[in-house]
Amino acid sequence: MDVLDLARWQFAITTVYHFIFVPLTIGLAPLVAGMQTAWLVTKNDRWLRLTKFFGKLLLINFALGVVTGIVQEFQFGMTWSEYSRFVGDVFGAPLAMEALAAFFVESIFLGVWIFGWDRVSKKVHLASIWALAVATNVSAFFILAANSWMQHPVGAVYNPETGRAEMSSIGEVLANSTLWAAFPHAVTAAFLTAGTFVTGIATWWMVRLVRTRRPEDVATAREVYRPAVLVGVVTMLVAGVGVAVSGDVQGKLMFEQQPGKMASAEALCEGEEAAAFSVLTVGDLGAGCEGVRHLITIPGLASYLGTGHFSGPESYLPGVEDVQEAYTERYGDVTASGEPVTYTPPLEITYWSFRLMIGLAGFSAALALAALWFTRKGRVSDNLWLSRLAVAAIPAPFLASSSGWIFTEVGRQPWVVVPNPTGIDQIRLLTERGVSTAVPPGMVLASMLTFTLVYGVLAVVWFRLMRRYAVEGAPDVVHDESPEARAESDDDADRPLSFAY
Amino acid sequence: MELTSDLSVLWFVIIAVLWTGYLVLEGFDFGVGMLMSVLPRGRAEQREKERRLLVNTIGPVWDGNEVWLITAAGATFAAFPEWYATLFSGFYLPLLAILVALIGRAVAFEYRGKIADAAWARRCDLAIQVGSWVPAALWGVVLANLVRGVALDADHQYVGGLWALLNPFALLGGLTTLTLFLLHGAVFVALKTDGGIRARARGHAQVLSVLTVAVAGGWALWAQVAYSVAWTWGAVAVAAAALAGVVVTNRAGREGWAFTLSAVTIVAAVVLIFGSMFPAVMPGLDGGESLTIAEAASTPYTLRILTWVAVALTPLVVLYQAWTYWVFRRRLTTDHIPAPAGLTWQKIKEAAF
Ligand code: HDD
Ligand code: HEM
Ligand code: HEM
Repeated sequence: MDVLDLARWQFAITTVYHFIFVPLTIGLAPLVAGMQTAWLVTKNDRWLRLTKFFGKLLLINFALGVVTGIVQEFQFGMTWSEYSRFVGDVFGAPLAMEALAAFFVESIFLGVWIFGWDRVSKKVHLASIWALAVATNVSAFFILAANSWMQHPVGAVYNPETGRAEMSSIGEVLANSTLWAAFPHAVTAAFLTAGTFVTGIATWWMVRLVRTRRPEDVATAREVYRPAVLVGVVTMLVAGVGVAVSGDVQGKLMFEQQPGKMASAEALCEGEEAAAFSVLTVGDLGAGCEGVRHLITIPGLASYLGTGHFSGPESYLPGVEDVQEAYTERYGDVTASGEPVTYTPPLEITYWSFRLMIGLAGFSAALALAALWFTRKGRVSDNLWLSRLAVAAIPAPFLASSSGWIFTEVGRQPWVVVPNPTGIDQIRLLTERGVSTAVPPGMVLASMLTFTLVYGVLAVVWFRLMRRYAVEGAPDVVHDESPEARAESDDDADRPLSFAY
Repeated sequence: MELTSDLSVLWFVIIAVLWTGYLVLEGFDFGVGMLMSVLPRGRAEQREKERRLLVNTIGPVWDGNEVWLITAAGATFAAFPEWYATLFSGFYLPLLAILVALIGRAVAFEYRGKIADAAWARRCDLAIQVGSWVPAALWGVVLANLVRGVALDADHQYVGGLWALLNPFALLGGLTTLTLFLLHGAVFVALKTDGGIRARARGHAQVLSVLTVAVAGGWALWAQVAYSVAWTWGAVAVAAAALAGVVVTNRAGREGWAFTLSAVTIVAAVVLIFGSMFPAVMPGLDGGESLTIAEAASTPYTLRILTWVAVALTPLVVLYQAWTYWVFRRRLTTDHIPAPAGLTWQKIKEAAF
């Protein structure tokens, strides 16, 4: 493999991995903050127990988001240095803003939250988890601003002297229509992930406790876990609608901005009116769109996703071959070896990842409806199938999010900076021209293997810890450790730490 | 044109300030991590308690300290794309080693107490120690190479290869940051703890401060004479005075002063390093092809935007970060360390979903 392939694999592995932890953090931090707020408002211990329980899971997860994030930032320079030279004037700004506006807040107030239960007043402590929750979402905004610019470059001009893209308007970069579709979509997907996570674990606990038939356990199921189930269900329902609406908006934008992507999502060879959305396709997608057969189709849906019309001339969806022709005519790039560039991404990946993203949401939907039904009118449930569904649903939105990103990123190939059809043609970069030239393949191979190995080990530890701490459940007794709750006589100098590593 | 060069010079200074923040803050938590293998004494349980005490002196703050690095890198990308690209692709392997070290260290901090098991704790301690020793030395190697100059071609690509980075001057630079951070960590522990470990930390700081005078002093003189300009003699003098001050104040038990002065030493070192590079961001080796501030900088527009953002946010960051140091200012002793709250491996293995 050459540097390009290795660098792509490394970026794919490390980013997909980073984005296993990130959606949970983005969604769960606000939910935990909400639980702690409920505790302060209602003074009911159930919310403190849930805060501590889900807070612990949040922390275990957060750690890996942080450590894998640093790798992402360094990688642009390490393996994609030519990309960095080309885009740095525009792309670097949101990254720097993310660090200053979000990462400092996250890391510093996380410290206050973890170690500060007994050191700052209740309100300040609550404010610190909210600061964390807001900052994780701010961080998503800025990183998506950077990513949206490479999907749809705006607010920049081309400098022929240096051959670089240069920012002409930060306002346009931050008002990018792509960003304002991607941000709600990614954030609602994160809330769907966290909602499923909370419902899944709380439902499993509820069923488990009700099945013991011990009155005190059933009471815990009703008092502590049922409210958590409902918090999760409401989150899932609201987020689910948000994901669908924003996804629909993204589809329309994608059709305008990256016409080939919807065609590759559908593995559509030639343009069609009223193009159907196929649920299943047979044939060798890897060999291109020729000779594949779409089975089980929903008429007009693919056209609708892209154009907003199910049928008629406005529903025309170009096929990958049309796009190939149009791009060849307009850009006519050649590869390093002098071949004309293929402007079609690997179809088997785009086709299936798009379906997985949408389809896996079915698990969350099923769980939300089932949990609502079984907890209706104050009920708790001992239904084993509900509990199994709850556990099975937890990984689904994680996989859906990864699939969505794999679709987005693989679907823009062969570009790393996709040309904006209504922008300046010179602001575009083929992925193969973005890779570092100063780094020999052996080094990238070494780093790729190192990251894969380290990440593999961490994944095992993370999973075991998450599972075990989930099975441990909410603490039976909780203390209000805040300075307000302490007796005057309690001497600060001798008191042990409320939390220690 | 005037404004352009002024802003890019300002950003060169801002990058230096971000590195200063990083090295001063993470410097002592690297030091604490390295000292985990050195300071704890007594029987097994006592040593374990002292190791936990050490980890907890930096527990609430290490993550915020590390963000200075993330910001420095992000700001370099934004303000000097060419510098970011050349430096990060050119120094590939040292940066990879630093990344892996930082990953292991951070995860070990967070997960150490999550499992109550002696073997697990040992493994995490190993990750913390390796994760502190390796970057403490490698950052010195990286920065010293920037002082010395590196082999670049006309396209600003690094062409020197891996082994050229491990020249004697850079290795001594690595030893310099290593000893500086050990010292900085020792005076921090003396400032943040009480009891036996505080006395031991001061004892170690005493030896380390003398060692640092020799190592860092040697490197600074070499850097100054071989690679720098006249005005950075000022920085060398400040560093020397501050280090001498650490020796004196540490002996006198003025822990706050000792810590302040070791921080000043690091500040002065950064001034020397960036002062010697100016007006290049990557000086050429032996007067060869170099990458200058002007060549590496972003456009005036981008720099202006970045300046507004930095001016608005940096003071805030400093304010709330300083506030957390105030919140967690209490001196810790082993009596403050609660019983381990983690679960056992046994339970983790048994967990059946
Ligand atoms: C729980 C996760 C999840 C679920 C259930 C969905 N999505 Fe999604 N989708 C994502 C998670 C996601 C994502 C991971 O967050 C992506 C990747 C990039 C982005 O902005 O969001 C994404 C990207 C993405 C894109 C690509 C945008 C581009 O490449 O420019 C489109 C068109 C859609 N989605 C559309 C939908 C539709 C129509 C959905 C069903 C109603 C849907 N998504 C459900
Ligand atoms: C977190 C969610 C993300 C995931 C799961 C993801 C996934 C991927 C994948 C699978 C690739 C390899 C594509 C290929 O080579 O065929 C890739 C490449 C890349 N991504 Fe992402 N990505 C994510 C977010 C981002 C963001 C936010 C940015 C920029 C800010 C970004 C920038 C890049 C770059 C520069 C490449 C390398 C060039 C290329 O292969 O086109 N990615 N990503
Ligand atoms: C959609 C894509 C991404 C989103 C939404 C996102 C969001 C986040 C969030 C919320 C965190 C906080 C830690 C955590 O979640 O556990 C984080 C950590 C981090 N991310 Fe990402 N990220 C994405 C992709 C990337 C990429 C491509 C980069 C590379 C520039 C990156 C850089 C970082 C860094 C440096 C950290 C560590 C911050 C710290 O120490 O607190 N992220 N990211």
